[in-house]
Amino acid sequence: MGTRGELRVVGAVAAGGALGATARYGAALLWPTPVHAFPWTTLTVNAAGCAALGVLMVLLTETRIRVAPHPLLRPFLGTGFCGGFTTFSTYALDTRRLLEAGDPARGLLYLGATLLTALAAVWAGGAVTRAVVPVRVTPT
Amino acid sequence: MNWLLVMAGAAVGAPLRYLTDRVAKARFGLGLPWGTFAVNVVGSFVLGLLTGVSSERLHLLLGTGLCGALTTYSTFSYETLKLYEGGAKGYAVLNVAGSLAAGLGAVWLGVETARPW
Repeated sequence: MGTRGELRVVGAVAAGGALGATARYGAALLWPTPVHAFPWTTLTVNAAGCAALGVLMVLLTETRIRVAPHPLLRPFLGTGFCGGFTTFSTYALDTRRLLEAGDPARGLLYLGATLLTALAAVWAGGAVTRAVVPVRVTPT
Repeated sequence: MNWLLVMAGAAVGAPLRYLTDRVAKARFGLGLPWGTFAVNVVGSFVLGLLTGVSSERLHLLLGTGLCGALTTYSTFSYETLKLYEGGAKGYAVLNVAGSLAAGLGAVWLGVETARPW
């Protein structure tokens, strides 16, 4: 890929990331988390972004699509949008906040529940997509 | 204005993650996903540092926008699943344990560093 192509990919990642982060910010405004509450919104955002990435990656890499996907689709939607929508830093900071708030059980619950939900979501997103979209077959 | 701050931060954070991943793959190959690990740890540290900053605008620009888009849970989960499905179960467990431990350690370090301010 030339410099020009590389710049287009970086631009697609930046645009997708800006949209994803805006969506996450919007979710936080719609469903704000009180200071000492369990961060349901961030957990849900992270799980939803993982499910979306699971669907997208199977669609782009495993399924038979008549038209080849646009080369900027993966950087825009996957690396950009899903990456910008989900967050690891807020997860880490919120876990620390819960652990410090004198209730370590909730902190550990949040730590583990996010991890399990996210892994299950990315797996389920891919599995459901494989089940409903025709899987790529080797050309005869 | 608030939305623009988030977008501006994310428009820098997301490409930084992408480029870090490119460099890490070129340098360390396709074993453990070091690029995602690095951005998640660095982003957690910076977000911890920001607890020492009172400006709401800086929080939106650098916290919600930049750190939020620099770090990722979706790629972390996807790469972990790929390691597991590809038979590298030990690496998958190592990636999870290492990312959680280093991410929490980094956010702790960031908050403690910001405390005296």
